[in-house]
Amino acid sequence: MAYENPDGIRIGLEIHVQLNKLKTKMFCGCSTDYHNAAPNTHTCPVCLGLPGALPVLNKKAVEAAIKVGLALEGEIAEETQFHRKNYFYPDLPKGFQVTQYDYPIVGKGKVVIEGEDGEHVVGITRAHLEEDPGKLVHIGSIEKSKGVLIDYNRSGMPLIETVTEPDMRSPKEARRFLDKFRNILEYLDVFDGNLEGAMRVDANVSVYWGTRVEVKNISSHKGVERALLYEIMRQKNVIRRGGKITQETRHFDEGRGVTISMRTKEEAEDYRYFREPDLMPMRVTGWIPAIKETLPELPDAKRARFIEQYSITDMHARALTSKIMLADFYEGVCAKGVDPKTAATWAADVFLGELNYRDLAISSYDGKTIGFIHAKDPAVENSFKVSDMVELVTLFAEGKVSDRAAVEVIRIILDGTEEKTPSQIIEEKGLFKAEDDLVTRAVAETIAENTAAVQDYIGGAEKSLNFLVGQVMKKTKGTADAKTARELIVKELKG
Amino acid sequence: MAKWMSVAQIKEKIGESSAEEVTASYLEVIGKSKINGYVTVSDKALEQAKKIDVEGHDGPLAGVPIAIKDNISVVGLPNSCGSKILEGYVPPFNAHVIEKLLAAGAVVLGKTNMDEFAMGSSTETSHFGPTANPWDLERVPGGSSGGSAAVVAAGEAPFALGSDTGGSVRCPAAFCGVVGLKPTYGAVSRYGVVAYANSLEQVGPLANNVEDIAVLMDVIAGYDRKDSTSIDSKTEYRKALVDDVKGLKIGIPQEFFGEGIHPDVEKAVWNAIHKYESLGATWKEVSMPNIKYALASYYIIAMSEASSNLARFDGTRYGFRESGENWHTMVSKTRAEGFGTEVKRRILLGTYALSAGYHDKYYLKALKVRTLVKQDFDKALSAVDLLMAPTMPNPAFRIGEKIEDPLTLYLSDVNTCPINLAGVPSISVPCGFTDGLPIGLQIMGKPFDEPTVLRAAYTFEQNTDYHIKRPPEVA
Ligand SMILES: [Zn+2]
Repeated sequence: MAYENPDGIRIGLEIHVQLNKLKTKMFCGCSTDYHNAAPNTHTCPVCLGLPGALPVLNKKAVEAAIKVGLALEGEIAEETQFHRKNYFYPDLPKGFQVTQYDYPIVGKGKVVIEGEDGEHVVGITRAHLEEDPGKLVHIGSIEKSKGVLIDYNRSGMPLIETVTEPDMRSPKEARRFLDKFRNILEYLDVFDGNLEGAMRVDANVSVYWGTRVEVKNISSHKGVERALLYEIMRQKNVIRRGGKITQETRHFDEGRGVTISMRTKEEAEDYRYFREPDLMPMRVTGWIPAIKETLPELPDAKRARFIEQYSITDMHARALTSKIMLADFYEGVCAKGVDPKTAATWAADVFLGELNYRDLAISSYDGKTIGFIHAKDPAVENSFKVSDMVELVTLFAEGKVSDRAAVEVIRIILDGTEEKTPSQIIEEKGLFKAEDDLVTRAVAETIAENTAAVQDYIGGAEKSLNFLVGQVMKKTKGTADAKTARELIVKELKG
Repeated sequence: MAKWMSVAQIKEKIGESSAEEVTASYLEVIGKSKINGYVTVSDKALEQAKKIDVEGHDGPLAGVPIAIKDNISVVGLPNSCGSKILEGYVPPFNAHVIEKLLAAGAVVLGKTNMDEFAMGSSTETSHFGPTANPWDLERVPGGSSGGSAAVVAAGEAPFALGSDTGGSVRCPAAFCGVVGLKPTYGAVSRYGVVAYANSLEQVGPLANNVEDIAVLMDVIAGYDRKDSTSIDSKTEYRKALVDDVKGLKIGIPQEFFGEGIHPDVEKAVWNAIHKYESLGATWKEVSMPNIKYALASYYIIAMSEASSNLARFDGTRYGFRESGENWHTMVSKTRAEGFGTEVKRRILLGTYALSAGYHDKYYLKALKVRTLVKQDFDKALSAVDLLMAPTMPNPAFRIGEKIEDPLTLYLSDVNTCPINLAGVPSISVPCGFTDGLPIGLQIMGKPFDEPTVLRAAYTFEQNTDYHIKRPPEVA
């Protein structure tokens, strides 16, 4: 059934993404690897905007943009050029930002997301390249700051700004779009979303097909969803009270979860765009065939292949392809000859669930080990080996460990600090599935020791059976298979 | 030691004595200067020259001193662009042309005075006061590379680098009676040259003779990967120095001989044209109907680009800073105090021309005119090899005479700025005098056809003696 969009919500996004997988900045040779560096150590005359310094375009950034454009099924411009966007701000060393204006590198494209009513197409208006400004660091809180420090390490980082059509009909769809978009960029290996400041979003939203309001500079996918939920509620309230929505720009206060007015349309800045005379217009048509060759399998194609090749469910395939590194990890496990369906259950349901529960974000995969960092504290790192997953899935498939014990092993590895294989852990913790005679003995003991419960059960109180099964599990330290224990008790008492 | 030596003579002199002695002799002349041509004299020049003596150097300019306009970055020397706002700023990197000069063995004598951020035609808008014209100390040397032209004319440097956005090398060359070349756009790297109007300007050499211009061009020209607008034309400049113009076709654009031209200037230029004729060249009049719009187009484009280029001077990172209660007031006060009147005027006009609502009317229209001017040059130069005209319609004016009247000052660029719109090469060579003041002949060529331009200039020089006349007041 088609989604009716009862509140006439239209959401469009402008997503600024750092092409942080590139080695050097947009217009100079400075390294992009500044995230753990001291302030102003990754700078040069060009990215500091010293008088006389000139920009030289990083061709790899253009290639990355073309890759993104192709992945978004966008039109790649035959000729592209750069413009200056003029405004004063302390983080902007030249007093203008070099960006693209009427000749963006990528034109109309599209992304298919899982929408409110199944597959939903979100149109891409354009995508263009630009440079990041530096970063302001307030001494103390923003309100009571005694001063501002400027770090130009970020200045000149290559950015790609993607603008969508206002095709999303709910905050959830906006979130889904962002997840998919980020996923595509990671597949293209142009973007590491785990780095601070890697993605910033401006969201345009209107209700009842009315005037749009822009919410600027939101730094997370969750933040976008929250900001939109708040903003839609606010706009609906204004209209309910007989007010009118004015075209304005608002800021999202992540801490308080509210949007605050920054400026109205009348106060909009005049950026006095004009072509950047220090960079020549560029024809890139000739580059496209070679770049097309290097395009990797994208999420939708990989998902279809997984369903086909491994006979797994769409749900599992979706989860496994939601991160390129997880997909590769899964394929690494399958390549060792384990049953792909079982591996999918363990990787998609259990493993991914445990990562999410721990707020761990997948950050690396080298063919042998998948690594994670804590989403809030990148200093917290951990990893999981393909060989461990293979061993665990094999032990489970052979019936040597119960599902509960296998989950326990995953948890121990994720929380542990020592390097141990699943077998070692199972050995140490005594997690091997109990032998049948062990269970039979535990059942006999349980029946002998709990006469009251036994009488209740025989008298028709089904609940007592659960109690008895619980006692058997306790005696076997959880290594018994609960279903087997239940069957044995029933057989013994009612058989 | 003789003033006004050519590079060849200097090299001979170095062979006889030493690079240190040659540099010392120039520093001595500079020490007695009456013209305020230098804003910084390098305290490392002697050391640099000595090093060349001790270590030896086989570069084409080994030990040869040179003066550099104060908007071209030299490590260790202030780069003030004639402005207060860059007070205390010392660039940590060399301009590409400086790297090339140093590699060739040149010794930097110092930085020369200029109109603030190259905005002017008289060197009067400099924060460091005006430079005097060596031919008449009461008069301006032209601008904006007035310091560079004046020190060359006064024998305070054998040659110099300037920059030419709308005539800033050729105008002072004409006013000071020296040779000045504006190369084809892209022939010389702009890396490290503080931008006034990026799409128009080029670094250009100034010297007492055409040969030294070619010598300098052989060193500084060529592709630089740090300047995306630079091109490797593979030109060999010195090879162009042939005393022969037989069969050369010269075009005379009437539009460059407009109202207000000084009769002596007109006469001197026609004498030069007839000289070429006598040497075997032919000439004909050509029409360039859009030249009359060039000045307006030039100023709109230059000011628009400047308004953006100069936004970085906000007191935040380097240079002069006025204090303020917050960043915005600090920036406003810094710019109000740090920039001179003419710079502020151009920033405001440029900002206006780029503003929403005016952008199409001014900036876009100026770009369209630029295309038309380019087409005029293309068309004219398809029928002839070179164009010739007066560099400046008038000789040097008095210091203070025009400074209060910016429009009249702007008009003095009427014959030089069309060349920058078109991006073609153009040289000014001395071709006469009026009341003891030099007159410049402007020779314009096809893009990257500096060889023909230089050949014509060289031939004229070999067959006349204007270039060996020296200003009596500083002799
Ligand atoms: Zn840099």
